[in-house]
Amino acid sequence: MLNTQDILETINMIDNEHLDVRTITMGISLLDCIDPNIERACSKVYDKICRLAQDLVKTGEDISAQYGIPIVNKRICVTPIAMLAGACEKDNPVAFARILDKAAQAVGVNFIGGYSALVQKGFSPGDLPLIDSIPQALSETQYVCASVNIGSTKAGIHMDAVRRMGEVILESARRTADCQCIGAAKLVVLCNAPEDNPFMAGAFHGVGEPDCVINVGVSGPGVVRAALRKASPADNLSQIADLIKRTAFKITRMGQLVAQEASRRLHVPFGIIDLSLAPTPAIGDSVAYILEEMGLSQCGCHGTTAALALLNDAVKKGGVMASSHVGGLSGAFIPVSEDAGMIAAAKSGVLTLGKLEAMTAVCSVGLDMVVLPGDTSAAVLSAIIADEAVIGMVNAKTTAVRLIPAIGKQVGQELHFGGLLGSGPVMAVNPGSPEGFVSRGGRIPAPLQSLKN
Amino acid sequence: MKAIITVLGKDMVGILAKVSTLCAQRNANVIEVTQSIMQDMFAMIMMVDVSEASVPFLELEKELVALGEGLGMKIHAMHEDIFNSMHRI
Repeated sequence: MLNTQDILETINMIDNEHLDVRTITMGISLLDCIDPNIERACSKVYDKICRLAQDLVKTGEDISAQYGIPIVNKRICVTPIAMLAGACEKDNPVAFARILDKAAQAVGVNFIGGYSALVQKGFSPGDLPLIDSIPQALSETQYVCASVNIGSTKAGIHMDAVRRMGEVILESARRTADCQCIGAAKLVVLCNAPEDNPFMAGAFHGVGEPDCVINVGVSGPGVVRAALRKASPADNLSQIADLIKRTAFKITRMGQLVAQEASRRLHVPFGIIDLSLAPTPAIGDSVAYILEEMGLSQCGCHGTTAALALLNDAVKKGGVMASSHVGGLSGAFIPVSEDAGMIAAAKSGVLTLGKLEAMTAVCSVGLDMVVLPGDTSAAVLSAIIADEAVIGMVNAKTTAVRLIPAIGKQVGQELHFGGLLGSGPVMAVNPGSPEGFVSRGGRIPAPLQSLKN
Repeated sequence: MKAIITVLGKDMVGILAKVSTLCAQRNANVIEVTQSIMQDMFAMIMMVDVSEASVPFLELEKELVALGEGLGMKIHAMHEDIFNSMHRI
């Protein structure tokens, strides 16, 4: 018989500490749907997604009921659409966004990622038309997420793309200004984008992936925080790290079980588990609160970067033994609008954009769900992207930027997205101008770290 | 398959009888029962074999949850693998 305490611990994690599997994401290759006739291509895309993902949502719900574990999201990601758009370059790629939206609706998933382009070194046919169409695509669809990879440790940073993305973010926000600028919240700019990330909005199905694959993203900031709350104030940081590792192990084992079961039932190979602590706006399910539980008065004060580095590392160490394949982003997420503790810290002014940027050097993603003043220029947005991308490039890690210019709003005001996207206060940006630097374009060369052979 | 049924709430007469009666009606064999009091909360844990049950597990789970709601108790019924995977290497 199982240990009573163990059973009650699991039940308590689910009932009171927000333990869940954050997402089961099915990756689907669309390489066999490429067609110079865009209507034919769209029809192939729709048929393939509906065929492979028709049972995804039902299977997720069945597994959830059988094991008693909430599985919050069922999602799909596909081959970067720019690769399909390249074959029908003269047509507006928004047709693909519409068909992805329709397919997502048909199979019942809540997001579909992959309206994407990988342009870290340059544009190939299809890339620029797709990038230019992102604002329209995001304003006309509900479920589609877009992402653009503008740099990597191996390739350097493609500054022409960075400059363009500043404009695309601004335009995406403008086009959806009457619905909380939601367009920009569905768009991520990445450096070193992983090809097997199950989390939105940056998920896409990489070209090296199998035809169809199941990736699972676990969660559990609430569980880690609850474990730390039970720790003694006399425990030193080695003991805190061990406690986080043990908790991360348990969370990940549950994710591994769900992933294997989903893979078996759907007859689709299991890809990876993404060991991420993904917060939600629910009280208690916050990464910022974990840092505060370690002894910070508020997230954003001095010491935050160190505490986050410890957390991020311990989550990985605990999770990696619990899963047969680990991938994706794997680490702590620090989205501002999706985390009650981060929202509070940003509102109080303790958490600034500068500190947030430092934190992204040691966590798994980057400047995520950060709301900026509506009059922020495209050049400033591009410069923020460039700063963030080089942190990823030099440290050989993923960094992502999801900025939401709040059109018509200023510091002191807020945007309310609702649901998992939460709400965020407008954060101040540095008033200096990077215009001259950004407008130079070209490429920032790959760093010496890239020459590993 | 074996499932773990947990019943949490305020102690009252007849909980064990009510849960085990439902299991018997659905031909789910109770293998083991433990009870404890945790911070004045009553906790009962049952391991049941549901492989011969007369209804699918998901239906039995719903019935148990509904029974718990009727009694003002929280009842969970979960596949035993979730506990094995989380707590055993």
